[in-house]
Amino acid sequence: MNLPKNLKYSKDHEWVIIKDNIATVGITDFAQKELGDIVFFDLETLDEEVKEDDVIGTIEAVKTVSDIFSPVAGTVVELNEKIETDPELVNSDPYGEGWLVKIEIEEGASTEHLLDSNGYKALVTP
Amino acid sequence: MELKKTALYKKHIELGAKMVPFAGYEMPLSYTSLIEEHKAVRNSVGMFDVSHMGEFMVKGPQALSLVQKLTSNDVTKLSNGKAQYSCFPNKTGGIIDDLLVYQIKEEVYMLVVNASNIVKDWDWIIKNNTENAIVENHSDNTSLFALQGPLALNVLQQLTKEQLSEIPYYSFRIGEVAGISDVIISATGYTGSGGFELYVSNENATALWDAIISAGTEENIIPVGLGARDTLRLEMGYCLYGNDIDDTTSPLEAGLSWITKLDKPFINADYLAKQKQQGVQKKLVGFEMIERGIPRKDYEICNAAGEVIGKVTSGGQSPNLSKGIGMGYVSSSFSKIDTEIYIQIRKKKIKAVIKKLPFIKI
Repeated sequence: MNLPKNLKYSKDHEWVIIKDNIATVGITDFAQKELGDIVFFDLETLDEEVKEDDVIGTIEAVKTVSDIFSPVAGTVVELNEKIETDPELVNSDPYGEGWLVKIEIEEGASTEHLLDSNGYKALVTP
Repeated sequence: MELKKTALYKKHIELGAKMVPFAGYEMPLSYTSLIEEHKAVRNSVGMFDVSHMGEFMVKGPQALSLVQKLTSNDVTKLSNGKAQYSCFPNKTGGIIDDLLVYQIKEEVYMLVVNASNIVKDWDWIIKNNTENAIVENHSDNTSLFALQGPLALNVLQQLTKEQLSEIPYYSFRIGEVAGISDVIISATGYTGSGGFELYVSNENATALWDAIISAGTEENIIPVGLGARDTLRLEMGYCLYGNDIDDTTSPLEAGLSWITKLDKPFINADYLAKQKQQGVQKKLVGFEMIERGIPRKDYEICNAAGEVIGKVTSGGQSPNLSKGIGMGYVSSSFSKIDTEIYIQIRKKKIKAVIKKLPFIKI
């Protein structure tokens, strides 16, 4: 299982990388495999304030649909426009070009609940 | 309840398939990518294990009258080597199951039913078998493969002396394939891309599968799972039992009047004749999304005024059209082609339009 060590993970199968106060968020390799061919990310909260665990959008695969939850509290400031035209990037490069959104973390919001790669691995290993 | 496995179960695991529970069986959903598998069937050839389907034999001098009574299509139109699509109407205006009826020979019929309905269908047949026809359930001993796509014939012809190009659509032969005798080679399928369905006994299933996969090397044959089977049939507007038809939908509402032959007697024909005369209240339609969104089963269908006029029964992203398509029941007054409708997707009403089926021309 591909789980980069420099990323943090949520129990809802998102990965997060934090630089300054901006969290870049995507879905894990495990999640993209489970969903299968991804065709559309419906971001419902651009420019909105969200709480931790709020639904920020919905990811549509050919056969199934899954909510994406905010791993941190903050404001959704950017959508990856590349996946608007090439949603398959989420399958082919989930930790790179297939990122979903950037969230400006609310001042004082906690990120301590996020898992490291070993913690996430334990969660998804049967 | 423990899930059943088809004879090819180990093969699917070896191939790395994503296995899912389906109709009481552990079945392959996809092997690599659903879109890739879908496109292989549309453009070249793919191979499905659909051995979960049920097979019943009805035999003897009473066979014809029993099958004629149970099914809505006209069995007397069949001859040896011919098959027809049909359904079992129930007594309350709904459908017990949809099925294929094969005339193997005089007084011998094979009924191919949905895996999820094997028990229900069997009970229904036995309960209505006042003719005392001989009825046998071969489901657990029979494997079924669907070799589908424009290159299916090229692949299969390498393995048999039967002249496959001479088997018309909805016809079959019983012959030798890859050294295995008594394989039913049926020019049918659930994809719209042509090809064959092959019925074989479980003990020869793996050998037949392997022979076909090897023969298809040049055509780049790949195994295809149930995920692509669903998107392929949806693009053709074929009904899926449990989604688009069920115990509460009539064949006339479902657009299946072409297999509802009201000029012959069958169970509940009088009710359906009356319904036809009076006109149906709701109709199954196909629709395509105009705005971006993917319709899913059970989403509400609304009119321009925002009133609920129906419900989605099947939906998803069409790999060929790269847009959302679906089927659903709407009030008959909204069922005309080109009518604009709205699908309630989460908090939004997304615009769609009613389209003639099939969605794609092949």
